[in-house]
Amino acid sequence: MFFPLFWTYLKIGTFTLGGGYAMLPLIQREVVDRRGWIDEQEFLNMIALAQAAPGLIAVNSAIFIGWRVGGWRGVCGAVLGAVLPSFLIILLIAMVFSEWKELPAVEAAFKGIRPAVVALIAAPLFKLAKSAKISWLTALVPVAAALLIWLGHVNPVWVILATIIITLCSIWLSSYRSSK
Amino acid sequence: MLYLALFISFFKIGLFGFGGGLAILSLIQMEVEQHGWMTQQEFVDIVAVSQVTPGPIGINCATYVGYTTAGFWGSVLSTTAIVLPSLIIMLSICKAYFWLNKRFKGNPYFEQTLRFLRFTVIGLIASAALLLIKPTNFIDTFSWVIFGVVAFFTVLPEMIKGKRLSPFAFHLASLLSHPILLIVLAGLAGYLIYAPA
Repeated sequence: MFFPLFWTYLKIGTFTLGGGYAMLPLIQREVVDRRGWIDEQEFLNMIALAQAAPGLIAVNSAIFIGWRVGGWRGVCGAVLGAVLPSFLIILLIAMVFSEWKELPAVEAAFKGIRPAVVALIAAPLFKLAKSAKISWLTALVPVAAALLIWLGHVNPVWVILATIIITLCSIWLSSYRSSK
Repeated sequence: MLYLALFISFFKIGLFGFGGGLAILSLIQMEVEQHGWMTQQEFVDIVAVSQVTPGPIGINCATYVGYTTAGFWGSVLSTTAIVLPSLIIMLSICKAYFWLNKRFKGNPYFEQTLRFLRFTVIGLIASAALLLIKPTNFIDTFSWVIFGVVAFFTVLPEMIKGKRLSPFAFHLASLLSHPILLIVLAGLAGYLIYAPA
């Protein structure tokens, strides 16, 4: 099962722009609808797990589907297929980019692109906040996280660890109190 | 030693990168800036390149940073390092899939932690954007105009959702919100504004 998974993921990895989330519908069409490797329900479970686990969502999903479909060989095929296209493309770009960057036309274009990139990072926040069903009270969590990293220069790793520890402790405390 | 530092940094990014793509950016930014592997401008440029090339943003950044700091083998090492935590964690999850499904579904500790991590991830993305609002990226008023226009077109489909408009308006809005189109247009605008005549 190395090659079928490798080709499937290579195809998806080469032709989807916009990162991990954009890959999910294509993976679903290929793996569930066309090949029938796993069913719809299992695919949805897979997405939930791939998002809950740390790491890149595209890679996480490749590991899960690779394992379910073809064991170790499946995992190797799917992960290589998912990673190889972007690895090779960026390698090529990295080789020539430092020379191109010196060109006045490219430099001018990037002066326009940089603020656009910041807007592309910031704009999805609107949609994310809506889908996470954020309230005025829970909004304190992202605000505190952003301020700690932005102004406090705290490493995001600590903010993530603190979120996990504080959440676990507060549930434990509340269940401890209610059991008394 | 450089190889070891690259490996540790990208392993850390893979291990703590909850929420995928954009949420991982602030982690990468923190690591590469602390080590001086990339300037802020370079970081923004590679994010721009990532938006117009296929593949996960984390892989793109790992490959680029690895290559520019330590050549071909550096890029192989960094890319492997960012994938490795996923391999370890996801394979453990797969092996315990049925057991996990029974135990974790509806478990308050698990569900609440995920819920609050989702809130934190929103903060991480916000911080990634805030960290990039600096004079090197915003050189004059035009920069803010480009920022405003791109932000507007990106959220437009979400804002008009559910409104009574012609289907054509929805198609146009979703077409205009495409990140590749917006980056190409921003590059064109930059060329017209800043290129020496």
